[in-house]
Amino acid sequence: MQAYSVDDLSSAVQPARVHRRLYTDPAIFELEMERIFGVAWLYVGHESQVRNPGDYFLTQVGRKAMVVTRDDTGKLRVLHNQCAHRGAMVVASDCGHAKEFQCVYHGWTYHLDGRLKAVPLNHGYPSDFDTKNPRTSMTQVPRVESYRGFIFISQAKDGQSLTDYLGHMATSIDDMIDRAPDGEIEMAGGVFRHAYNANWKLYLENLCDAAHPWFTHRSSIDAAQQQSDDVYSDGTGEIAIRQMRQNGAPYSFWENQVGIWTYPNGHSYLGDYHDDKKLVASMEDPLFRDYIGILEAKKGKDEVKRILEVRRWNSNLYPNLSFMSQFQQLRVVHPISVNRTVVNTYCFRLKGAPEQMFRNTISFANIVNGTGSLVLTDDLEIYNRIGIGLHSDGAEWIEVGRGYHSDVRDEFGGLKGKNSTSEVYIRNMFEAWRGYMLGDKAGAAQAMKESA
Amino acid sequence: MNTAALKKASSVSLSRADCEDFLINEARLLDEARFDEWLALFTPEAHYWVPSEPNQKSPLDTVSLMYDDRRLLETRVRRLSSPKIYSQEPRSRTSRIVTNVTIESAVNGVTKVRSKFVMVEYRREEQRLFAGTYLHDLVLIDDAIRIAFKKVDLVNADAPMDGLVVPF
Repeated sequence: MQAYSVDDLSSAVQPARVHRRLYTDPAIFELEMERIFGVAWLYVGHESQVRNPGDYFLTQVGRKAMVVTRDDTGKLRVLHNQCAHRGAMVVASDCGHAKEFQCVYHGWTYHLDGRLKAVPLNHGYPSDFDTKNPRTSMTQVPRVESYRGFIFISQAKDGQSLTDYLGHMATSIDDMIDRAPDGEIEMAGGVFRHAYNANWKLYLENLCDAAHPWFTHRSSIDAAQQQSDDVYSDGTGEIAIRQMRQNGAPYSFWENQVGIWTYPNGHSYLGDYHDDKKLVASMEDPLFRDYIGILEAKKGKDEVKRILEVRRWNSNLYPNLSFMSQFQQLRVVHPISVNRTVVNTYCFRLKGAPEQMFRNTISFANIVNGTGSLVLTDDLEIYNRIGIGLHSDGAEWIEVGRGYHSDVRDEFGGLKGKNSTSEVYIRNMFEAWRGYMLGDKAGAAQAMKESA
Repeated sequence: MNTAALKKASSVSLSRADCEDFLINEARLLDEARFDEWLALFTPEAHYWVPSEPNQKSPLDTVSLMYDDRRLLETRVRRLSSPKIYSQEPRSRTSRIVTNVTIESAVNGVTKVRSKFVMVEYRREEQRLFAGTYLHDLVLIDDAIRIAFKKVDLVNADAPMDGLVVPF
């Protein structure tokens, strides 16, 4: 494996291109796990998954197995899922409720906050063995914070606060929750777990890409546009077909009307591109009219007007989260190796909204974010093709220069693409990448200003 | 299914051999990528369901690997024949075995058939193995067996998976 100097890493990200090795070199991947996934704020789950003390669920943070739990005092804890004795995974069920965690190898038993509670046959350990010593605890992740129910962790003891990390992008989380009449959302509806043979960075790079649907999703666009509406439907496929038709909006529309915004720390969001009067937010949809009625009764007309005027499609929080509030979809990226990635996709329920809206969320997930969907399977194919193509030793550099020099300042301290298909959000992610990899946030922020 | 078809169907019961022949033929249509002929096996009001988790109770409040009503199933099949379906370039080659066929019940002309299947899919130098249980609701319309409902329970429904394009 190649060792990388600061200069190597720094020069691998240039203003409008990045080096191919960033997607293909296992040594770069190892550094990313240490310097990005080992340091950055990462989304690990939602508080609705650990509502009561003793509730827990397992997750992967980078490649590390962890357990997210709520302890006896109600505090959120994220523990390495590793026994302090011989290193075995302690918790084996994906989620559940527990009074304590017990390793089934030698019976070491832990409190919900990870402290060692009891050890059978403890007379056999050395005389200085102390169950109060942190060395005998399951290791806690040093920083766990949640923003309006979204749980993030950082494995770095110090650094930017969660609020500073989110910055203006907190408004995307607000947007999701504000849409719930009861002011609360819950994760529900199961999970898709899809995998591809390519680098983890490609996933977020695709989610705000307004230039690809017209090409990549051509087969589903054509199939949906040619589909007769007269064929029997009980409504299950309605959303799917409308969404696929929307993907076929004219190229000029994608270019000029969608909008792409980026913010510090690698975050970005793509504007909404829907004009289908029944698909998303429209008074022509009776269900949506009902929903607005419920929302207005709780929040008042002015507030509801403000909420519904926020129209965002995918919001990316670098490096591992992407979500959309209009259909309450959320995806978490799990890097497995330099050329293998798993993505978990979840749905949310807006509490207090008509149950049919949640069912529409499920239908939408099946077709847009599903492992067997008519849309996402083409995206996975593209990632796989990139995974193959980049290992060819042809072009040394990956071009991310679309829209470069035409990006414009935004009133919230970000940059937006002059055109919606600008690759400004990919450049923005790589500025964050360079910042993390060099451990120099100030440098990254400076570089971003220069590219404006 | 309309009432006339139901009446006609209710007077005839399907034998296990009839059902097995039907399932073998269905598997062959899929293996030979004759998707339009496969689609024609479904009744106008049929649903096709591949759950995303074992023992999934409902396709309405939990995500599914595939859950199509007739209109979406037509769209899925139309896409499969598109020259621009890049996730099928190159095409998958599949081989299915359907066996352990049992009739679970036969009520009001609807024969519920349970079977086991194994499907091998080969594409771009990778071979994947799928296995699981088929549940078919079969009916007889104008002397032809049709699928009113098909559920595919994969043994690895909840595993991380690469994209699924070819129906099971």
